Amino acid sequence: MLSRVADNLYWLSRYLERAEHTARVLDLTLNLLLEQHSDEQMRARMNRVLEGLFAEDLPENSSLYDMTNALAFDQKNFASINFCLAKARENARQIREQISSEMWEHLNALYLDVTKISIDDVWQNQTTHQYFRKVKEGAQLFQGLAASTMSRNECWQFLQLGRYIERATYNAHFLDVQVAELQKSEHYPVVAKDFMSWVGLLKCFTAFEAYCKVYTADLKSDRIIEFLLLNAEFPHSIRFSVDKMEQSLNAIEEMTEVKRSAKLKRMVGKLRSDLKFSQIEEVLEAGLANFLEGIQKQNDRIHQGIYDVYISYPIDQAIAQ
Amino acid sequence: MEKDYGDITSVIYDEMYGKSDEPLAHYRAVSETISNMPHEELLQRQQAADLSFLHQGITFTVYGREEGTEKIFPYDLIPRIITGDEWNTIERGLKQRITALNHFLHDIYHEGKILNDGIVPHELVFTCKYYRREMRGVDVPKGIYISVVGTDLVRISDGSFAVLEDNLRVPSGVSYMLANRQVMKRVFPRLFGNYGVRPIENYGQQLLTTLRALAPREDREPNIVLLTPGVFNSAYFEHTFLARQMGIELVEGRDLLVHDNVVYMRTTAGLRRVDVIYRRLDDDFIDPLAFRPDSQLGVPGLFNAYRSGNVALANAIGTGIADDKALYAYVPKIIKYYLDEEPILQNIQTYLLDDDSNRKYVLENLDKLVVKAVGESGGYGMLIGPHSTREEQAKFKDLINENPRNYIAQPTLALSTAPCLIENEITSRHVDLRPYILYGDEISIVAGGLTRVALKKGSLVVNSSQGGGSKDTWVL
Repeated sequence: MLSRVADNLYWLSRYLERAEHTARVLDLTLNLLLEQHSDEQMRARMNRVLEGLFAEDLPENSSLYDMTNALAFDQKNFASINFCLAKARENARQIREQISSEMWEHLNALYLDVTKISIDDVWQNQTTHQYFRKVKEGAQLFQGLAASTMSRNECWQFLQLGRYIERATYNAHFLDVQVAELQKSEHYPVVAKDFMSWVGLLKCFTAFEAYCKVYTADLKSDRIIEFLLLNAEFPHSIRFSVDKMEQSLNAIEEMTEVKRSAKLKRMVGKLRSDLKFSQIEEVLEAGLANFLEGIQKQNDRIHQGIYDVYISYPIDQAIAQ
Repeated sequence: MEKDYGDITSVIYDEMYGKSDEPLAHYRAVSETISNMPHEELLQRQQAADLSFLHQGITFTVYGREEGTEKIFPYDLIPRIITGDEWNTIERGLKQRITALNHFLHDIYHEGKILNDGIVPHELVFTCKYYRREMRGVDVPKGIYISVVGTDLVRISDGSFAVLEDNLRVPSGVSYMLANRQVMKRVFPRLFGNYGVRPIENYGQQLLTTLRALAPREDREPNIVLLTPGVFNSAYFEHTFLARQMGIELVEGRDLLVHDNVVYMRTTAGLRRVDVIYRRLDDDFIDPLAFRPDSQLGVPGLFNAYRSGNVALANAIGTGIADDKALYAYVPKIIKYYLDEEPILQNIQTYLLDDDSNRKYVLENLDKLVVKAVGESGGYGMLIGPHSTREEQAKFKDLINENPRNYIAQPTLALSTAPCLIENEITSRHVDLRPYILYGDEISIVAGGLTRVALKKGSLVVNSSQGGGSKDTWVL
């Protein structure tokens, strides 16, 4: 496959995953804030959300409306849903002959439908939930169409790679920010007093129901963290995402028969085993923040590794081979 | 449906009515279907078709506006029908013309016999900005210069087809021909089914066969790619569409590199050799080392690889000389010279303006004639006499006097009209026809083409960049 195409597929998938993640977090935050009345609490939560989504701070006294506008509608904001959808579509447009027509047509229609909605439409009609749902379902449908219409070739693997590296990176960062705040609470590690916040955290990963199936609705903070970080079966856990990254990288290595990939393979293998063999007690004792930041750094290196091996490798090396 | 949809004057041939008041026999079923359909139903189908184009992203980019402004190419529901007999003439005529033009290209880049014999003047060729000195003595694969051609035909008042322009560089629009057909089959399935329309869906495969015929080395499966200028090019949709139809890689200049006169593409599995390039990039931009040094779109060293015979290009470099609008006037003589045959398809009368008496006549009659810049395409750089203002005419007069070689003039044509659904009404608009010709081991023409429509009332300009639309074209 052309290196440029791999690059486009990878970013298409990353941006779409990011849009979905942002939509889910915003939807949930607006919902949770219905029950939090003090301005202070509201502002604290807003700031946490912004930080968790790598978004820039908003001016003092910004309202929920402002936050929603910045994170969903503002095309100039790199963290916004509209920006991510535009980028996803732009990447898809450059490789539309590589993905199936169903995928392209769906993504194109999603982009056209979502970006024509304005914040005032959803704010006045109180249809923010429907709006976020459209984005989430749109992104999920895209992945579903990919699953049912694409051959399991390199294209598919690069789409998976982008999706899961994005998920692992964003989730590690988001978890880091949210848990750091919850740990500041006087009630920590007891969940009951901060019940809504812990539930909210699970829901940001669509993990509430999945958690309950494993541990019942008896919420314990260390179990929640363990579930989101180390669970091998839940698709939004960080471990699951890294497992998928490794699988895709192995598949790509096999398909391309590239010989320069040993280092990349080691990096992702190490990250995968860190997650597989870690105990939650050890992680918490040594400091969750360190652990999560370590994951983000390793993901950055893996991202660079992908570029060095498959996308922007030096020509003289390639000709020598 | 009755023939009351416009101010048809007696000189204009209508696709549905010819010159009578009754629909022609082969149009009757279409006419009945459309007149029996409730108006709302018709509009609904038109809207469904438009939406389908938008969602499929079948758009083109309009230049001179914000970057990336995409528009759908307006599609008209009512098909344009060509009978089998008419098509046979078109097909024979185009094969003859393309064969002769290919001989001509080979000749002027080698011995130049036609020039030495005084049939075509030397200066006409050497002053053309599309003449590539670099191509002299270069042998192209199988001697084929023009593998992909889209010739513009118009139907004139006697009902016969004439050639308006030869497009021998990078003709576009074939994807709209194919997309129009897909939509048509969805919108009027039974009507279409009953007509026995000849299929066009095999175009992609034929194009691939044509490109494969050019491969320089026969000992292995050639790696064929389509080279696009990129996502901001007006025909980008078409490039992606064709690459997919053929199952070949769509590459940009930055995906290719040349090493030791061999072209490679950069893939995730390392570098891979490229054998044939269907390039949708003009000569000027294809190699910054050989042609325009400021080109960001091309591949440095590509021309040397081409000259060494390590890679084939379709079309060859330097074919623009043969679709120069001034050279056009000589095509009947070119056909006669190489094939010793009379042209099957007529030319439009053309005044070359470096001839003094021609120029005098044209300058005195600017309000009746169409003036075209020889090197332009897409409907840019044109004066349509009867629709122009005094100022525009004065401007063209100066331009012509400044550089007469750069312009030609033709009589304003009575292009044929066809019924169209425009702003909820059925009314007549001028149309042309662009069939697509492929030249590989043999010449093949898919039975159909792109019928372009001048959407503005009375307008004669059908180009998409100038507000043109299109119709599905049925060959019976």
